[in-house]
Amino acid sequence: MQHVSPIREPLVTGGKTYHDITQDISRHVESKPNMRWAAALAVSLFFLGVFLWSVYRTLWYGIGEWGLNKTVGWAWDITNFVWWVGIGHAGTLISAILLLFRQKWRSSINRAAEAMTIFAVICAAMFPVLHMGRPWLAYWVLPLPNTFGSLWANFNSPLLWDVFAISTYFSVSLVFWYIGLVPDFATIRDRAKGPIAKTVYGMLSLGWVGSAKHWSRYETVSLILAGVSTPLVLSVHTIVSMDFATSVIPGWHTTIFPPYFVAGAIFSGFAMVLTLMIITRKTFKLEDYITLEHVESMNKVIILTGSIVGVAYITEFFIAWYSGVEYEQYAFINRATGPYWWAYWSMMTCNVITPQLFWFRSIRRSLTATFIISIFVNIGMWFERFVIIVTSLHRDYLPSSWAMFSPTIIDIGIYVGTMGLFFTLFLLFAKYFPVINMFEVKTILKSSSGVAHSTHHTSMHANDPQLVNHPKHD
Amino acid sequence: MIAEERLIIPKKTSNRFLMMIGLGLVLLVLGIILMMTAGPAHHDAHGAAATGHHAVTWYERLMSNLWLNSVYFTGIAVVGLFFTTVQYVAYAGWSVLIKRVLEALAYFLPVGGVIMILVFLLPIIFTGHNPLFHWTDHSLYEVDNANYDPIIAGKAGFLNLPFYTIRMVAYFALWIFFAWWLRKQSVAEDLNGGLSYYDKSIRISAMFLVVFGVTSSLSAWDWVLSIDTHWFSTMFGWYVFASWFISGLAATTLTVILLKQAGYMKMVNANHLHDLGKFVFAFSIFWTYIWFSQFMLIWYANMPEEVGYFTERLGGYGGHYTWIFFTNLVVNFAFPFLVLMTRDAKRQMIMLKIVCIVILFGHWLDFYLMIMPGTLRGESGFGLIELGTALTFLGLFLVRFTKGLTSASLVPVNHPFLEESIHHHV
Repeated sequence: MQHVSPIREPLVTGGKTYHDITQDISRHVESKPNMRWAAALAVSLFFLGVFLWSVYRTLWYGIGEWGLNKTVGWAWDITNFVWWVGIGHAGTLISAILLLFRQKWRSSINRAAEAMTIFAVICAAMFPVLHMGRPWLAYWVLPLPNTFGSLWANFNSPLLWDVFAISTYFSVSLVFWYIGLVPDFATIRDRAKGPIAKTVYGMLSLGWVGSAKHWSRYETVSLILAGVSTPLVLSVHTIVSMDFATSVIPGWHTTIFPPYFVAGAIFSGFAMVLTLMIITRKTFKLEDYITLEHVESMNKVIILTGSIVGVAYITEFFIAWYSGVEYEQYAFINRATGPYWWAYWSMMTCNVITPQLFWFRSIRRSLTATFIISIFVNIGMWFERFVIIVTSLHRDYLPSSWAMFSPTIIDIGIYVGTMGLFFTLFLLFAKYFPVINMFEVKTILKSSSGVAHSTHHTSMHANDPQLVNHPKHD
Repeated sequence: MIAEERLIIPKKTSNRFLMMIGLGLVLLVLGIILMMTAGPAHHDAHGAAATGHHAVTWYERLMSNLWLNSVYFTGIAVVGLFFTTVQYVAYAGWSVLIKRVLEALAYFLPVGGVIMILVFLLPIIFTGHNPLFHWTDHSLYEVDNANYDPIIAGKAGFLNLPFYTIRMVAYFALWIFFAWWLRKQSVAEDLNGGLSYYDKSIRISAMFLVVFGVTSSLSAWDWVLSIDTHWFSTMFGWYVFASWFISGLAATTLTVILLKQAGYMKMVNANHLHDLGKFVFAFSIFWTYIWFSQFMLIWYANMPEEVGYFTERLGGYGGHYTWIFFTNLVVNFAFPFLVLMTRDAKRQMIMLKIVCIVILFGHWLDFYLMIMPGTLRGESGFGLIELGTALTFLGLFLVRFTKGLTSASLVPVNHPFLEESIHHHV
């Protein structure tokens, strides 16, 4: 029999029953869309329009529409690509790694985080595909038989490894997310009134009836997928980091990149989860499921990964000096004091300094502060990639070719446009899919709800006054 | 109320630890005598003259071994502290029953600190420089000197005697202080109960993790990276940490099993072992990940200023280290990976015991490969000096470790998550 210590904070509050959970989560799927949701969707669709227009310009007139030049041949596009892929890390981390670490608080955020992962990876994929110039030939990156033409996939290139890493990650995340949705889709199907809802959720739930056999298979599949996903959390950003680190460009070629990119990805992923969940919990009134305890736990992950990233920044700077390699030293001096100093210091402020505020318990548990800091982290992580990519390229070995990069309106349009794409997908998800994993929350209800909490108090430690009236720990 | 559980080390066992130290010292002295008498013949065979270096003396070999074992055992000790603090800040429940083992590992820290500071400073006091650290040679920094090395001279702001010594003292002072402070709460909790010690431990742990986040990398740069003075790698701090961490996990798991088989730790069951096994499995892979990332990036870029480190170890010195290079991977990755893959293996004591012993040996070898090429070049070996030094350190470590294990109850009777750990079920 599992035992839960009475000093643990409850993860489901408000004395919910199993039926309440079904009601609270399904309500949003079943009710008519409200005005706020429709307004948000309209804004997102507008930006999706901006995206489509920018894509049209890029494809019709070519990559010349972007701000790239001969010296800075990679800038805005790859920055956005890495930024989005990084954001797409939290979902799998929550569903696989936190599962392995038995973190029960993952139950009410994993569904939305996984959805966010999938949408973020879709947005990320836009950039390398568009940068090809002729995306209809995108399949050339695959190692197809040579009868298709002159196709030589370069297996020495980390860009090709990226193709495999990200497509694998996307497929596994998608399957994992969908499998988790099946039992909840069945719940909604069983409750559905209208014929369309009945048919659509009926098809989505793949004939799930919740028999013992179904659950047994379900658990086996989940376990296998969790096992497969775990190395994927590490591998994707490791390989993204190798896009840079395998080269011999000062500021790019540094061995700490793989784990440091992974930490940064989790950092930015959690920031985005917080940004989205704080809004979702408010609009959908899910305060009893996404509690302050959840927010605080995520903030702790932010402070951990933010500090790892901070240590990595300082390590890079220190070793650049220590190495005695002139070019390496210059690359870092140029980052901090060169023409892009503002990007470097934005990165430092947002990524290293602001998350340290979470050492204060009151800030960790303040929704407003958390929301603001999560936005700071999102911005900071964008600047991190911009700093790494652009400052290392814009002053290369040949001073006569030094140049600056400035984005065109199309560059900005595509970036802002992917946010439109992202939020369109997320809003559709939030409306038509259950945003919280109903049956997983039900599995922790007995052990981790406020009700279970108080009974433990009286049954286990009634005569221990310190346990009954203990001050909240931090 | 859960009863205390006191470990009693029989006289015979503690004598055995002392004998280990004694035997180690005898072998060490014997090895030194053998090397002194057979020294000249040895160095012809390896063509030391060809590389422009003098032949390695018994003194350098002794120093290298002292350093290797100090770094290795100190690492295991500090990981005991590190992992305890991780349990606190993560609100871990399952690990409460094994936490006294973790705490006891840190008892070696003062001994490791004294030995390391002496091994670093004594040669400098008596001979002016330390044979392990090329950068302690004054002539490298004198512009007019034939030995002048602009690269090393450029590192003088970091690699200089006063700063280095201050750092080394600071690492040990901080680590020992935090270990003592945390242990004090833990023992007081046994006596008095209540949540105040637990709450305080969480705060101490968070502080230590910040300290360790910085000092783990710094100490790795100081103690290991600076041996190969020209070389640099941003990953190196985390690489050393990964190696320490998995060694510490293996030591913990092995101790828990040995205690259990000796009739202690009755409440520890297959579920706890399973979790420890998962940690050993996962962090063997983590070490490999860090190893691979560092190696692959340097190998791929193939830049002269950094690739030398691996060419020395892969095929350098006539292939002297090649077998260790590959054994390192087999023993520390392939073996634990394949053996601990299944659920059953992680729940069986015999499997875990074999894997932990192999890993403990394997990571000693990993540190051997980090340290020896830089200090002894192609003239390292596995002889009486290696065996003697390792045995002496193991004996010293066990004396301190068992001191830590016996000085408090093996079960932290008033820990607020004790019940969770007792009823732990994976």
